[in-house]
Amino acid sequence: MEDKKQDLVDFVVDTRKYKTLLTTKCANRKPYKIPNPNEIISHIPGTVIELKKKEGAKVKEGEVILIHEAMKMLNKVLMPFDGKIKKIYVEAGQKIPKGHLMVEVE
Amino acid sequence: MSLKKHILDLRKRREKVQLGGGEKAIEKQMAMGKMTARSRILALLDNESFTEFDLFVEHEARDFGMDKKQLHGDGVIIGTGNIYGAPVCVFAQDFTVAGGSLGLMHARKITKIMDHALKMRVPLIGINDSGGARIQEGVNSLAGYGEIFYRNTIASGVIPQISVILGPCAGGAVYSPALTDFVFVVDKISKMFITGPGVIKTVLGEEISMEELGGAKVHSEITGNAHFFANSEVECFEQIKKLITFIPWNNTQKAKVFPPREPKFKGKIEDIIPSDPKQPYDVRDVIKAIVDDSDFFEIMELFAPNIVIGFGRMNGQTIGFVANQPLVLAGVLDCDSSDKAARFIRYCDAFNIPIITLEDMPGYLPGVDQEHAGVIRHGAKMLYAYSEATVPKITVILRKAYGGGYIAMNSRHLGADFMFAWPTAEIAVMGPEGAANIIFKKEIEEAEDSNKMRQLKVKEYIERFANPYVAAAKGYVDSVIEPEETREMLLHAIEVSTNKEDHRPHKKHGIPPF
Repeated sequence: MEDKKQDLVDFVVDTRKYKTLLTTKCANRKPYKIPNPNEIISHIPGTVIELKKKEGAKVKEGEVILIHEAMKMLNKVLMPFDGKIKKIYVEAGQKIPKGHLMVEVE
Repeated sequence: MSLKKHILDLRKRREKVQLGGGEKAIEKQMAMGKMTARSRILALLDNESFTEFDLFVEHEARDFGMDKKQLHGDGVIIGTGNIYGAPVCVFAQDFTVAGGSLGLMHARKITKIMDHALKMRVPLIGINDSGGARIQEGVNSLAGYGEIFYRNTIASGVIPQISVILGPCAGGAVYSPALTDFVFVVDKISKMFITGPGVIKTVLGEEISMEELGGAKVHSEITGNAHFFANSEVECFEQIKKLITFIPWNNTQKAKVFPPREPKFKGKIEDIIPSDPKQPYDVRDVIKAIVDDSDFFEIMELFAPNIVIGFGRMNGQTIGFVANQPLVLAGVLDCDSSDKAARFIRYCDAFNIPIITLEDMPGYLPGVDQEHAGVIRHGAKMLYAYSEATVPKITVILRKAYGGGYIAMNSRHLGADFMFAWPTAEIAVMGPEGAANIIFKKEIEEAEDSNKMRQLKVKEYIERFANPYVAAAKGYVDSVIEPEETREMLLHAIEVSTNKEDHRPHKKHGIPPF
């Protein structure tokens, strides 16, 4: 680690600044984002099988917006509150990772 | 047949089976840069010490045309041998025989040598190089894995268990190494994952190479699944041999004592440490300054390097070291470092290895990611492991010992047998700046020049509290020592602790925050 001396950075713990090295894991950590209740995000990687609603549709709380297949199960993605489908970001057959924005509602 | 003929017949049979999957498969194995299972065992063990079991075992599968196939030794070599004279049991999966795939008899051979190791109370070393379950053998393969995992668990803490990943180790197979004490990996050869790149591509459409997903570097640096990283198989075997010299054969014995040696380090310890607590240094230099021959054998060097763990000897006796590393992340405790240290502490406790803790840390790492990753649960592992341990526990506070971290790093309150502190130690509820900001909030806010007042109050706090004497006055620290006296004091502490007895209430087992 001797050759890394020049990589020393300021690192704050409890208002005090320390000179130290960062680990790759720490340097790559993502800043926290406050979740937006209007964004419907995938909680597991999988495939969008069927879209049950169209953009602009008025939807009641608990109605199925789309079917998301993951780990050999067909998961129903439900409307979280009474509202409208603002924008759909996925299409049937599309493979999506975890944390992917699928639908925006309002 | 005459006796001679019988012997010649045996030799012929042996020769044939010892070739494993045959010359072509061996060539292929070598082309991948890998040694064969047999040559690995011979390279690892003392010369001519390997005694093989079950060379002539045959599989019993009948479906999918398996009845017409002969698989020599059923793809795994097992036996006993020695490493520097210490007896060990070994198994090595043979990738040249049906890709080292695990069927019923293959698993039976492994469990046989595991049972043997447990009964004989000697270390078990498993060399993994297998494509996974032998699909043709169906649920028998799953049964085989399960029986291996069960034995890994039962033997845990009784005999040392070492896993060496020298090829693929995928799917359920990864859980045997994960249950063992130490996992060794080799760059570009070891590959471990639950679901491979193929499945990930089918499910997610994401492309990732085996190396990026579960290569040796990844498991040494990111996941913490591997404990030792080597650039070649030969280097890996040297690491295993060295580890064997530091650990006992089983949990009722102590590690072999070597002739005592003075440290090679000839400078002054106090010159290693900057007096400004905000400046870093490499805590491994301090360890090397106090251990025999300056020989420190680090474990998990690349994972969570903000805490350093490993073995060294004091007066020839094996000691486990746990030390905060100010050079990386200021030496903070976080999820990964707590997890890493806690498991090591439990290892040392299980195998009668005294623990020396060197402390210099500013506290737990702040941040949403840490809190959400469960730093409470992971941090608690440290408290649990230190409190639970009954081996000799010695702490030296080098500089900072703030807040919850002070308690966690083997404080008197968790049962430390000896608490030493250097005069540079700062034992306090938090860093001086933070503490002054809270205690003197009113004075600072009401002052005409609040910045100046803050500096004044911080200075006041440092003078009064950022030292070892407040804790020493309460008896929380036994002795404030000069850095140069450290080795001498530690040697004394270890000598005094030789016959330490510390009993815990009877229980089936505790419930640590896994």
